Amino acid sequence: MSSTDWPLWEVFVRSRRGLSHTHAGSLHAPDAEMALRNARDLYTRRAEGVSIWVVPSTAVTASSPDEKDPFFESAADKPYRHPTFYEIPEGVRHL
Amino acid sequence: MTAVLDAAGGASAPAEVFEAAVAADERIEPRDWMPDAYRATLVRQMAQHAHSEIIGMQPEANWITRAPSLRRKAILMAKVQDEAGHGLYLYSAAETLGTSREELLDKLHAGRQRYSSIFNYPTLTWADVGAIGWLVDGAAITNQVPLCRCSYGPYARAMVRICKEESFHQRQGYELLLALSRGTEAQHAMAQDAVDRWWWPSLMMFGPPDSESSHSDQSMAWKIKRHSNDELRQRFVDICVPQAESLGLTLPDPDLRWNEQRGHYDFGPIDWDEFREVLRGNGPCNEERISQRRRAHEEGAWVREAAAAYAAKHREADA
Ligand SMILES: [Fe+2]
Ligand SMILES: [Fe+2]
Repeated sequence: MSSTDWPLWEVFVRSRRGLSHTHAGSLHAPDAEMALRNARDLYTRRAEGVSIWVVPSTAVTASSPDEKDPFFESAADKPYRHPTFYEIPEGVRHL
Repeated sequence: MTAVLDAAGGASAPAEVFEAAVAADERIEPRDWMPDAYRATLVRQMAQHAHSEIIGMQPEANWITRAPSLRRKAILMAKVQDEAGHGLYLYSAAETLGTSREELLDKLHAGRQRYSSIFNYPTLTWADVGAIGWLVDGAAITNQVPLCRCSYGPYARAMVRICKEESFHQRQGYELLLALSRGTEAQHAMAQDAVDRWWWPSLMMFGPPDSESSHSDQSMAWKIKRHSNDELRQRFVDICVPQAESLGLTLPDPDLRWNEQRGHYDFGPIDWDEFREVLRGNGPCNEERISQRRRAHEEGAWVREAAAAYAAKHREADA
């Protein structure tokens, strides 16, 4: 068995309590436990994290190859979902 | 857009999307359409970069067991470990282009891909560890900071991480040289000797002069590269001269002087014959670096196999 058989893992790091895990990068490891250890050595050498998730890259389902595709278009023509869409008379407070 | 991508072979639309993204300073991401030559250029450059990080561990690791204090030893180990990390960031960034780490390592071991020629010079004294940190990591930083804005997303992101870590590398080297320079006469001489040997090879790290650089124009157009070799080299010289003065050391170039008109330091001619010889494999340590790398890889094989066998056994047990 060669190292090509080591699957790829995506690494997510929580930098401190109260924040969510953020994608940090990827790495090869034979199993989840080694992936965690390697992730610690690779992505948190300077105390960048308090918690790590590793996920097999093959388990990620992505929306589509092109990140600007119509999948997201329906949100573009709905400015009324933003608070700045609304006009409020001058002087009205706490709104 | 999906239709555009499906037609990637013949239609001109994906190329236009790519060109527009580059022109608008947007990042290209792994699954975007990109010209084959762009992909090939990136793989070549990122592989060479990753190989340089891991080969670069060797000259410094040479001094870990002989570091003069526990403090210096811990620092040096942390630095060498960082370089391994840099290699891994870059290999995984390269893998997003459809190559594999194993394939890249095979090419390195077979001598079919390069690493930076600087690592083919020997580390003869402890002061070399300082000179490498100050000058070699310093030159690398000058090269790498603009790469944080490279048009290829994964490469740019890897460079952001790397640049953050590099500044400690350079500072520890500078501090080490300063301690030697202010030490005994023999220590000062040792620091000066190291700077004398590493200065010119460090200037060569920026690559051949613009007039002879074969890949530059296209890389600039693709925004993989943001500044020419000579521009970056000049920037590095300008930064180093006052730093050398503060160290109390001289740079081995009689032609080095401030040019009021240009607003830059002038410097003497670089020995490009030496550069080409080292690239051709005739540097002082080419042979040693690559055989050491192969040996490390081969001797680690049983560890990789054992870890894979252990993982397979547990998968079976869980199933
Ligand atoms: Fe590095
Ligand atoms: Fe470094």
